[in-house]
Amino acid sequence: MSQATATSHGDTPMIEMTGLNKWYGDFHVLRDIDLTVKRGERIVVCGPSGSGKSTLIRCINHLETHQQGEIVVNGVPMTQDVKRIEQIRRNVGMVFQHFNLFPHLSVLENCCLSQTWVQKKPRAEAEKTAMEYLERVQIADQAYKYPGQLSGGQQQRVAIARALCMRPEVMLFDEPTSALDPEMIKEVLDVMVELAREGMTMLCVTHEMGFAKTVADRVIFMDQGQIIEEAPPETFFNNPRSERTKLFLSQILGH
Amino acid sequence: MAGESMRDVMIEARRPPNAHRGVLKWLQRNLFNGPINSVVSVVTIGVLLWVLWPFVQWALIQADWLGDSRQACSGEGACWVFISARFESIIYGFYPEAARWRVDIVFALMAGLLAWLAIPRIPGKRWAAVIAVVGFPIAAYFLLLGGHFGLMHVSTRNWGGLMLTLTVATIGIVGSLPIGIILALGRRSNMPLVRAVSVVFIEFWRGVPLITVLFMASVMLPLFVPTEVEFDKLLRALVGIMLFWSAYMAEVIRGGLQAIPSGQDEAGKALGLGYWHRMGLIVLPQALKLVIPGIVNTFIALFKDTSLVLIIGLFDLLAIIRAGLTDSDWLGFATEGYVFAALVFWVFCFSMSRYSQYIEKRLQTGHTN
Repeated sequence: MSQATATSHGDTPMIEMTGLNKWYGDFHVLRDIDLTVKRGERIVVCGPSGSGKSTLIRCINHLETHQQGEIVVNGVPMTQDVKRIEQIRRNVGMVFQHFNLFPHLSVLENCCLSQTWVQKKPRAEAEKTAMEYLERVQIADQAYKYPGQLSGGQQQRVAIARALCMRPEVMLFDEPTSALDPEMIKEVLDVMVELAREGMTMLCVTHEMGFAKTVADRVIFMDQGQIIEEAPPETFFNNPRSERTKLFLSQILGH
Repeated sequence: MAGESMRDVMIEARRPPNAHRGVLKWLQRNLFNGPINSVVSVVTIGVLLWVLWPFVQWALIQADWLGDSRQACSGEGACWVFISARFESIIYGFYPEAARWRVDIVFALMAGLLAWLAIPRIPGKRWAAVIAVVGFPIAAYFLLLGGHFGLMHVSTRNWGGLMLTLTVATIGIVGSLPIGIILALGRRSNMPLVRAVSVVFIEFWRGVPLITVLFMASVMLPLFVPTEVEFDKLLRALVGIMLFWSAYMAEVIRGGLQAIPSGQDEAGKALGLGYWHRMGLIVLPQALKLVIPGIVNTFIALFKDTSLVLIIGLFDLLAIIRAGLTDSDWLGFATEGYVFAALVFWVFCFSMSRYSQYIEKRLQTGHTN
């Protein structure tokens, strides 16, 4: 477990899931999931649609409730307690497929909202932090526009900046490029690669296999609510072990 | 080289062709752009003139405007002297003449506050809101009711006319909106008990006619409470109106809440925002903006239905005018009275409607350049 990159938090894993099970009604979406994410680790989760990969990462910040098993985030065990859940969420940033920016607020206000109301920062300080991160995703010049005036790629970069403003210890990406026009995918992936280089702990549900090869420490393949295969990207792409993985890879890398 | 082409000079953006301007051009393009359209236009204008002209003649051209008694009425057109002679009581009801300046101050304060809140260019909206929500009601209460600071006490039984209509409408509007919001949130709550209470409340008040509510408030309520406790009749009517309309408001707002994608709430959750922050900062601002037409629709209905208070013996604008019709000096002026009442109601309702359209445009952030 012990790594050279271990921080002051010691060796506690960033995320630890044990025996996780979830049902939608009678439908068993997540089956006996065990997953540990170390600090600074970058993980790509892939799999066919309906395999439960989005549900899995949405359990980490309690956007979905699980019925069995345990999740410990940054040393804090998940319970049903609202205060506990909000405490966990403050450490976990999330980026959604459809950006989910607040359309009635400007880009800058989007980034300041939770700094002001959750972290109770003074306005000026919140704006400074927001501009810093908007600068980093190279969209500071659009700070006073509304989300509806930006392209998809720009909106997604704002969404990343908004999540980073809370200075989270781990970032969850739920298919961040799936809703984008092809020419905008790269600008978002560039930001994510940059973030990975800086040592952010990341859990990405994505079909961008190029991104997985460049950035991931581990690729996780899911099907029918279970983890089928887990391997470093070289092994995963060159020597997949399971038949399902091979089939999936041949389908998405087919042409 | 058929099938191949290449452009090496890009086309500069050009201005659109000039639109035809001017009244005549507009008429030609919109009303007379073909034989059938021309005929339809001429016929429509003709019918409008035929229907409206007699009314205009009656209401404006042949009408009598000046005078202070029945003798001033020529009888050819409307006699607005009926209105001007009774103008004071139409505005103040039976409010004692010596104290009417207090009502004037409340009217002036209200107009000033409305302007302050409604005109975007005037700064200090936060203060205006605080004064409107806290300061104004207290000032209006003491000014209108009196009984303190050396002001003569004026019982609500003497309130009437436009002053009563505006009091009921304002309190109804200001009260029903927040209660409606709470009920709408309650109906969508995860907590079964909160949800059940909200549903029962909304369905009860929505299922009962307003007249029944007013009757119950004025006639039945006193039967259930001890005789020593005497609630003011106006107060009882106000509570009934507020609760009745809050049920409608709740359903309008719930419509807006349902239109907001769940991703908005999820994004708020992911940022660590609590329930009230998510609702107050993210979901409600968008939902309310979306249902402004429905909210204003409800406001307008509420405003007009204030005239129902006449059935429990309160004299609002309409009731005061009706009372005037029975004055033996002024028999036979019902048309003038009702047309005037309609005009007053229409002016208020139309203003609300126009202002709401203006606000909708101002709050539009989606597709502006």
